[in-house]
Amino acid sequence: MLAYLARRLAASLLILLGISVVTFGLTFMIPADPVAMIAGRNSTAEVRAQIRHQLGLDRPLPAQYASYLGRLVQGDLGRSYARKSDVGPLIVSRLPPTLLLMLGAIVAELLIGLPAGIYAASRRGRTGDKVAMTLSFVSVSTPQFVLGLTLIYLFAYLLNWFPLGGYGSLSHLILPALTLGLAGGGWYSRMMRSSMIEVLRNDYIRTARAKGMPEWRVILGHGLRNAIVPIVAMVGLDVGIFMSGVVVVENVYGWPGIGQLMWQAIQSLDIPIIMGVTTVAACFIVLGNLVADLAAPLIDPRIRLR
Amino acid sequence: MKRFLITAAAALAILAAAPVALAAAPKQGGAATVTFNNDLTTLDPQVGYDWQNWSVIKSIFDGLMDYKPGTTELVPDLAESYTVADDGLTYTFKLRDGVKFHNGRPMTSADVKYSFERAVNPKTQSPGGGYFSAIAGYDDVAGGKAEALSGIETPDAKTVIFKLTRPDATFLHLMAINFGYIVPKEEVEKAGADWGKKPVGTGAFKFVEWLPGQRIALERNKDYYKAGVPYLDKLTFEFGQDPTVAVLRLKKGEIDIVGDGVPPAQFAEIMADPANKDLIAAGDQLHTGYVTMNVTQPPFDNLKVRQAVNMAINKERIVRLINNRGVPASQALPPAMPGYNTANKGYPYDPDGAKKLLAEAGATDISTELYAMNVDPNPRIAQAIQQDLAAVGIKAEIRSLAQAEVIAAGGSGKAPMIWSGGMAWIADFPDPANFYYGILGCVGAVEGGWNWSKYCNKDLDARAAKADAMVKDDQMKARMAAWSGIFDDVLKDAPWAPIFNEKRFTYHSARLGGDPLLYTDPIHIPVNYDYIYAKDAQ
Repeated sequence: MLAYLARRLAASLLILLGISVVTFGLTFMIPADPVAMIAGRNSTAEVRAQIRHQLGLDRPLPAQYASYLGRLVQGDLGRSYARKSDVGPLIVSRLPPTLLLMLGAIVAELLIGLPAGIYAASRRGRTGDKVAMTLSFVSVSTPQFVLGLTLIYLFAYLLNWFPLGGYGSLSHLILPALTLGLAGGGWYSRMMRSSMIEVLRNDYIRTARAKGMPEWRVILGHGLRNAIVPIVAMVGLDVGIFMSGVVVVENVYGWPGIGQLMWQAIQSLDIPIIMGVTTVAACFIVLGNLVADLAAPLIDPRIRLR
Repeated sequence: MKRFLITAAAALAILAAAPVALAAAPKQGGAATVTFNNDLTTLDPQVGYDWQNWSVIKSIFDGLMDYKPGTTELVPDLAESYTVADDGLTYTFKLRDGVKFHNGRPMTSADVKYSFERAVNPKTQSPGGGYFSAIAGYDDVAGGKAEALSGIETPDAKTVIFKLTRPDATFLHLMAINFGYIVPKEEVEKAGADWGKKPVGTGAFKFVEWLPGQRIALERNKDYYKAGVPYLDKLTFEFGQDPTVAVLRLKKGEIDIVGDGVPPAQFAEIMADPANKDLIAAGDQLHTGYVTMNVTQPPFDNLKVRQAVNMAINKERIVRLINNRGVPASQALPPAMPGYNTANKGYPYDPDGAKKLLAEAGATDISTELYAMNVDPNPRIAQAIQQDLAAVGIKAEIRSLAQAEVIAAGGSGKAPMIWSGGMAWIADFPDPANFYYGILGCVGAVEGGWNWSKYCNKDLDARAAKADAMVKDDQMKARMAAWSGIFDDVLKDAPWAPIFNEKRFTYHSARLGGDPLLYTDPIHIPVNYDYIYAKDAQ
């Protein structure tokens, strides 16, 4: 177990190093010039050259990467071009809202997905199953900005149930968490359904039914415990999926997280922020995968980590 | 040396401003909330350079000069009066008494000197430092060889003298742009890297707090030197607000101004609603949308081809495409800009004439590329241009890209044609010179410059320099005539096809009052926050 953990951690570090190379390379391959964005349209060639030099952008790429990596391992993510402030604290201040939103989305998708999947499995092939699966298909396919604007129009503007975007209380959280979690709920309902159907084929289920146990107890008591294992292992992976979703959802709802920061940085070509958020997001995704792998044997003792 | 004092003129100008500022004599009190989609980047006046932070900075800081609210007319601000030497090389400002920074310290001439040196110092990375290149000693400071501008003298605490190396008729405008706003040295140094997040100025509003990604709160500066101004007690900016959602919040009375303007998709619906009749202020802005043509490469190195493009584009149709949120442009200067030539009607829409010109040029089979920013409505406008060009036999492929990529393609000279929408030139100050050097003059026609046509006409540059050497009041008319002539000749050379001048529409709540001009102020975009008032406080 310890050896496995050590190996996985080493591999994670390698992955992160690879990611740092790719982000660095990609942002420098964009055919756009951050100096032109900083210097403005009134600048002279001399001023632009001076700014280029100050930012170190006139040095060869490998040298720029080396100093970027050197600062990175010390936890220094550089300085934003547009905001003229350090990227690290900027991201740290934006992380709590994003983590809260993700937590809310995980709760939302499990609350939607698991019951829907159980229901569909118990009604397999019948109308209830078909309706649930059609809805799950719709929820998986709806673009998040459409869903977000629809929910906000219906429940915040017309019905007044929730505030029109913003951050601060539980009522602010519900709609964005639902927007982010609904697609996941669709996936989970499908996974839960097939996992449950698999489990319900087992002999011990037949035995339970044969001894006259009520169907709801068969499903919730015997079926659920076994069917839920592969599902819970997936939650760690959601962190990665949500990282892209928060960029859209946070913008629709005015949620002050790293997704919003990323979106605005892309618009102004603020490369240090783009690289910083990508790096932090990558760390979370790698961590999420690691947790998912480590959690598997805790839920199902038959899985051994070697 | 003969000097002329203009205090009297300034006093008259302030009296003239009275109708807007005092007619209603609103009571102070109340609050307003403004929404923006993007967070502000900075409130450092020497650094901030996008339309969004520009107007907030104007409410926190002041310069030596300012404009009459809602207009483009220069008036003294922190300066009480000024004199200009006959040769135009010396400007002497007398500072106003009783001006205090928000920290309570009186503002002095040393602060003025410090602020300009800060703008020019390369360590500040100011995008506007170059505007002050006429001040003696600029080259040494900008080149990192000195910290002090030798051309700024402060004989006493209330007097500042600027010595210039060349006459610059735009100098008084430069005293009114954000980069020349006065900042207190001790606060800048105390805040260090955080200065842009903790601004301390002399302006109408005092900074209270900034929650990144959420809001900025300002409160009325009770010690503001202009008695009775501003009218609002509290001004809050909320960020991360999608304009579509912001419109819903305004309808529910939660917010007061949609800072990003009315979203194009909802424009027709909102304008058609009679309830909004008094809530939408419409006004001109100092903006021209244009198509650049790279004059250094075929096919646009041929004057006739460029003129043909000007005649091929149906500007009326494009204006309809943007819901009439603008007027067709005849020339590079917008109509609200001094120096605009009303007699110049520009190129007519004449596809047959365009075909004839192309035939004369021997250019019958042209394939080219049209770059445009990928945010609505710009791709649609680019398509309309593409269709018009196709009708006269010019095949233009559209390259729809992110803003920074279009700017890079323009700067490097790679783009044969660019539709400027989303990046277009909104003037930094209301003077025709501001529409020339960077985007049509030789200085901008270099690698990385903003003159995307790469049009460099040395003769026009010389005429521009001559016009800007006319600094005396009695030369103003001649100067504007000279600039009109320069822009007429630019149009003859046709490095651009001017398309339309955008109008601005500001949607605000019924709770707010004030002259509609304040809601479309050409200088404060989107709104002049200092003079609007809350009806519920009256």
